[in-house]
This record gives sequence, C-alpha cells and structure tokens, in this order.
Amino acid sequence: MTQSPLPPLLSVTGLTLGLRQGRTLVQDVSFSLARGEVIGLVGESGSGKTMAARALLNLLPPAITRTGGTITFDGHDLTTLDPVAMRRIRGARIGMVFQEPMTSLNPALPIRTQLEEGLILHTTLSAPERHQRMVDMLMRVGIANTEYCLNAYPHQFSGGMRQRIMLAAAMLPRPDLLLADEPTTALDAFVQREVLELMLDLTRENGTAVLMISHDLSMVARYTDRVVVMQQGVVVEQGPTQDLLLHPRHPYTRTLLDALPRRPAPRPDKTATPPLVEVRDLVVRYPGRRRLLGRDPDKQVLHDVSLTVHPGETVALVGGSGSGKTTLGRAIAGLTPVTAGSIRFRGAPLPHRPPFRQPRVWLDWRLDCQMVFQDPYSSLDPRMTIGAAVGEALRHDRTLPARNRQTRIDEILTEVGLGAAYAGRYPHELSGGQRQRVAIARALARRPAFIVADEPVSALDMTVQKQILDLFTQLQDHYGFACLFISHDLGVVEQIADRVMVMHDGRIVEHGPCHTVFDSPQHPYTRQLLSAIPMLEPQPGGGLSLRWRYGEPGSA
Amino acid sequence: MTALPSFLRLRRMQPNALLGGILMLVLGLTALTGLLWTPYDPLKINILQRLAGPSAAHWLGTDEFGRDVLSRLLAGAATSVWISLLTVTCAVTTGTLFGLSAGFLRGWPDRIIMACNDAVLAFPGILLALGLLSVLGASKYGIILALSLAYMPSVVRVVRGAVLSLREREFVEASRVMGNSELYTMLRHVLPNCTAPLIVLATSMFGWVLLSESALSFLGLGVPPPAPTWGNMLAASRPYIGQAVWLGILPGLCISLTLLGANLLGDALRDHLDPRLRGLK
Repeated sequence: MTQSPLPPLLSVTGLTLGLRQGRTLVQDVSFSLARGEVIGLVGESGSGKTMAARALLNLLPPAITRTGGTITFDGHDLTTLDPVAMRRIRGARIGMVFQEPMTSLNPALPIRTQLEEGLILHTTLSAPERHQRMVDMLMRVGIANTEYCLNAYPHQFSGGMRQRIMLAAAMLPRPDLLLADEPTTALDAFVQREVLELMLDLTRENGTAVLMISHDLSMVARYTDRVVVMQQGVVVEQGPTQDLLLHPRHPYTRTLLDALPRRPAPRPDKTATPPLVEVRDLVVRYPGRRRLLGRDPDKQVLHDVSLTVHPGETVALVGGSGSGKTTLGRAIAGLTPVTAGSIRFRGAPLPHRPPFRQPRVWLDWRLDCQMVFQDPYSSLDPRMTIGAAVGEALRHDRTLPARNRQTRIDEILTEVGLGAAYAGRYPHELSGGQRQRVAIARALARRPAFIVADEPVSALDMTVQKQILDLFTQLQDHYGFACLFISHDLGVVEQIADRVMVMHDGRIVEHGPCHTVFDSPQHPYTRQLLSAIPMLEPQPGGGLSLRWRYGEPGSA
Repeated sequence: MTALPSFLRLRRMQPNALLGGILMLVLGLTALTGLLWTPYDPLKINILQRLAGPSAAHWLGTDEFGRDVLSRLLAGAATSVWISLLTVTCAVTTGTLFGLSAGFLRGWPDRIIMACNDAVLAFPGILLALGLLSVLGASKYGIILALSLAYMPSVVRVVRGAVLSLREREFVEASRVMGNSELYTMLRHVLPNCTAPLIVLATSMFGWVLLSESALSFLGLGVPPPAPTWGNMLAASRPYIGQAVWLGILPGLCISLTLLGANLLGDALRDHLDPRLRGLK
C-alpha cells in the first residue's frame, strides 16, 4: 500500500511543536498515510506522539504551539486553514477516539444526542435518516438493544461498551481518517482485543485510514500496516510492520521489542515448605446503601476464596476488572474488613477488622506484609522527600536503632537503583518509573516477609515496566520475600509468577503453576484471557514475529 | 536567584501578583508604623483645629475633634490588621480542626460537625456577628470571636473537601500499611496536603474580615470610640461629608486598597499553587 500511485491522504512534513517558553517537544516529524491505510504511532509517554496527532486537528493545549512544518490532508493545508474550515474537517473528515472512555463521553447527555451531534453538523440528513444511520451503526458496533442505548446515559455502560459507542460516534459521519489515541489502554486485555478488531473491521468497510497511537508495540504490530516509532519528539524509525519486527534497525526499536513480555525459565517449586500466608474461605461483603426504608442488598465481592503463598514465592492473581482481585489483595493487607473466613500468617490467625489499638500480632503482620500500589503518582505523599517516605516505613521497627535508620534508607535506595542522593528529592521531581522504585524501596525497607503488589507496573511504559519487573525479581532473590502479584496483564504475569490464580466474579476459577496455566488452560475464562495477548516468537537475526494463541481473531 | 521559589522572582511575576503583594506589604508597614509611632497622639483633641484641610502640620487634615487624620489612620491600621490577623488565625485553626476530623473520620463525627456547620453557614456572616456582638458587647476581642465564628464554616467546608479527596489517595493507605496510626496518618500525610487551598482561602479571607470589621464599626458595634479603626472613622465622617470630604474618602480608600491587595494576592497564590494553571497566559 505504500507504493500507492495516488497522492497520500495525509502527509505531515517537518512538524515541529514547542512550548511557549521555547522548549521543543516534537521535532521534524514526517510521515504520510494513504487512503484506507492503518499505521501505528508508537512511543513512550513524553515521546510527543499524542501532541503530534493533536496537531493534525489543531487541538493543541494552549501552552504548546506549532513552530514549523506542514500538514496536508486531502489537498488542504491544515496549518493555514481558518477556524471555520477547520471545524468542517474535524469530525466530518477526521474522526477521533480518545483514550479514556470514562471521561470522553459527556455524562449529562443521552447517547442519542452525542451520536447525532456529528450528523447534524456535518450532513444534510433528515431526522429519520439520522435515526436509521445511528441504529445501523450501533448494531454494527455490537450493541443489540439500540433503542435502549440511544436513550441511555454514559454511566449506564461499562468501559468497553462506552468505547464502542465512542467509536460509533467517531465513525458515524464516515470520516476519511480516524485518529485513535490509545483507544484501548484503559480496557481489560480481553475487551481490548474485541474493541480493536471492531475498529479495524469498521474502518476497513468504510475505507477509512487509521492513525493508531499507542505505547504498546505488540498491539500496534498486530493491527497495522506500517509503524512509526517516536522517541523524545523525534521519529527514529518507520516502515512496514513486518519488516520492523523482523529487522529492527534503530537501537530504540530494539529496546522496545526487548521489553515485550517473555517467559523466563521456571524457578524451583517452593510449595513444599509450610505456607507463609494461608487464606481460607474468605468472604468480603460490602454493605448496601442505607435507604429511607431498609437498605440495599449487600454486595458480595469475594466468594469463599482460598489461597496459600509459600515463603519466597510469587503468586499472581489474574482477572478482569471487577473480578475481585484487588479486594482480595486489600483484605489480606488489612485495608478492607473481612466478612468471613480466615487469614493465617505463619499459622496464627489475624483479626477480621483492624482494631483501633493494635495488638501485637496485628502490628507484626502490618510490618511483615507491605504493599506496592498501582499508581506511583498517588502512592507517594507529594510533600515528603523520598528519604522521609522510606524512613517512615522504619518508624515501627523496634530492632533498628534510630541512628542506623539513615544508613538503611541509603542502602535500600541504592538497592532499588536510585542511590542515596535521591533521599532529598520530592516525588514530583521523579519519573513514574523512579517513583515506583521508591514505592518498592518503601515496601522493602523493613525487610517484610510478604508483599502485596497491586498492579505495580500497569501505569508504566513498556520499557520501564520491564526494568521494574527485573528489579523486582532481583530484589526477591536477594530478600527472599513472598509476593502476591495482582495484575490484569497476562504478559506481565508470565514473566514473574511461579503460580497463577485466575479470578472471575469473586471466585478463583483456575490455579496452578505458571507454565501449566499458560500452556494448557482448563477454564474457558482463562482461555479467553489468554486469547487476547499475542505470543512472541524470536526469529533468527534478533527480530520477532507475533502470533495469537488459540486461533485467529474472530474465531476465538 | 535559584534559592528563591519561582513566585518570588520579580522578573517572572504576574503584574497582578506584584500589585497584590505590594499593597499587602504597604499595609503591613503602615500597621507596624501605627503601632510604634504616629506623628501626633491619635486621641488628642484640639477643638481649635477641627475639620482643617490637609496642611504642612497635618498632612491629611484633622477630624471633627481636631485629631490628626494621618495618625488616626496609622493607628487604625494597626488595630484593623491585628483584628483581621487574629480572626483569620482563629477561623483557620478551628475550621481546619473540625474539617479535618469531619473529613477523615466520616461517620457520625462528620454528620454532627457538618450539621452544625451548615446551621452556622445558613446565617449571613455579618448578621451572625452582629447578633453575637450584641450579646458579648462591643470590644476588640468580642469582634474577633464573633468574626471567627462567622468565617469558620467556609474553612471547614474547604478543608473537609480537600480531606475527602486526599483520604482516598494511595499514599494514605500506604501509611496505614506501614503500621502508622490513624491520628499520625491524618496529621502527617493528610493535613500538610491541605495547605495549598488553605493559604489561598486565608489570604482572601483577610481582606473580607477587614471589610466586615469596618462594617461592624460603621454600624456602631465595632471597636468602641475614641480608639480609631478605619470602620469607625468612616462612620464618624458621615455628617461632615459636605465640609470635609477627605474624612470619608481616606479610610474608605484604605479599606478598598487592602481588599484589592488581599484578593489579588489570593488569586495569584491560587494560580501559583494550582499546577494546571501554571505555564498558561
């Protein structure tokens, strides 16, 4: 498709964007897109990929301006277009799907109004025609009850459904180009694949070209004809997807490919030792809301869940959103009260509810069970230095004299790869990956026996993800802590887990050693989850090829 | 230069912030001068010199009892600033205490505190202060108490709102997981993160309290004469507006400029402390 004789639909040459104060964010970016072509724009956060795409529609934040380059779309120079003409192109000829389905639909308007908006603006269709077109489109994106949907509000739909509706809204005016900015990053792996395939089918039917922006190279590689790789505002490599995977030329592309999940050799089985943590028939029920008369029925989140974690072992808890995996982790860490069942630590039972005056067994547990949270931007107190944050973990350590505290802080900061010099810095001076290192340092400072890690890498870029996972494994070898690793990302789990537990609707539906679950899954839900992640096969010459487990898309 | 926080660097300052800062600085200096030294005794009556216009001896003229207006303005500034400062401190301290407890503990403490708070909030502030003062009697500390009570509810609301969103943040949970008690978590992690909205609120509140104090004095329930405040000077000038315009204009101007300064500074601080607004303009 790259040798198309027709002029390209979109061509960007020498696009340069900068902050008002003069810093350049995107430098000399050039790429072109033929009609009906699907290309991927790949890069990590801060690489300028989103800004480059927003510049196409002139939707840059006020602090950023275009300082050079041209953008030609179907013969029009978008950089010199007046606002009125620009508005005629936005939506009608170039559609956009945003990342966050929870916030990109207006919560105060019914779906009908939001879908119809574009049609009223950009077409001359009559009301019944518009209605017909909306119904057809909703059917097409897989929403069966169209009348209900049209009159419903965004909050009545799940994330995946909203992204389908968003897609329908963008595709209704039949644009020539669809910009999809991380369209499925906020969704579960399984839903992600469904939505992406739908997007691709839909655009193919309409002959719409797609510019897909993502940090996830494996996902982009699966669906695109060509890939443009950006690093720090510069295009480092672009070319046909297959070539790029098989023969990456730029070192950065190689780094990205290396960061894709691969399974390490299995570690020795540790289940022979007595369990460190033993959860039996755990039930967590959230009380229903109190109404004027009576109360809503309780919501049961965990149904008789049992699991054991042995010393030094990593047990992964996998499941879609709403499966109860986070609740289980929080209940074990003592952040969520337990309704029934027991949690035993080294054989001693823990109280169900954190008591106000902490008895000895509870405090010991608190110190032996630490937690690493998902979002490194909110898990560190913005007003505390890194040293103070890590030092706080040592407050309750009775074995460590106060004068040795600083030594320990420096030591652990060095061990997580930051160095003692970071102790005086504040969280906002650090990148996401560095913050997550601090969070790990804080959790490990007290040398706990057990760590609950709740999606510790899902907020990070692929390459940083890999670094953090490597660090985690390395520290585990050093300290020998056991870990309950909660994640929705099977690719990550495959790299780190000894045993895997698959959760669905508050129950554990399958568990077993990592390679057994990944190679011969028994439960249909596990198969479904696995079918959504691509498998990588290293090729001779340093490249990779991608393959789906369990058949091609559509047949799964 | 690098040691200074960015908002203190003159070159990079917004003109509004600069103006607000200068006005508040001038106010502070005036109040300090009034406290330490005045050209004449602000209470000394000189009937022969009454209602004299500005002259070399009396730069800003004299009032209906022949007292030096400049001296009275300086002394009045000291009183007014002292009252406002103390009121803001009281309101912010107690308001923070209640707001923090309500937001962090939730449950019944929240319900009780917020019910009382809303009840107080339902009265117009100045009316509440008037009512209280008629019971307490007009005195400097009566005013401080009454105005603190009138201004506290807004602090409670602001702090509670901030706490409600902060307590869901992961670093608060992280503190719990580390084995810290609830009280420690509240004071060490939640409270310091509320300071940004509090500083903004306190700054603009300072201006409003000064205005309220002037209004109370104007209505005759403020600091009792002969002690000068800007409010009672304004009130006393009313009958002489035809003969001595400066008597009304000068304290009025002082009040307006202070309010302007406090609001500009408050807005500038809000812009500075809200990272989303930084880098724009």
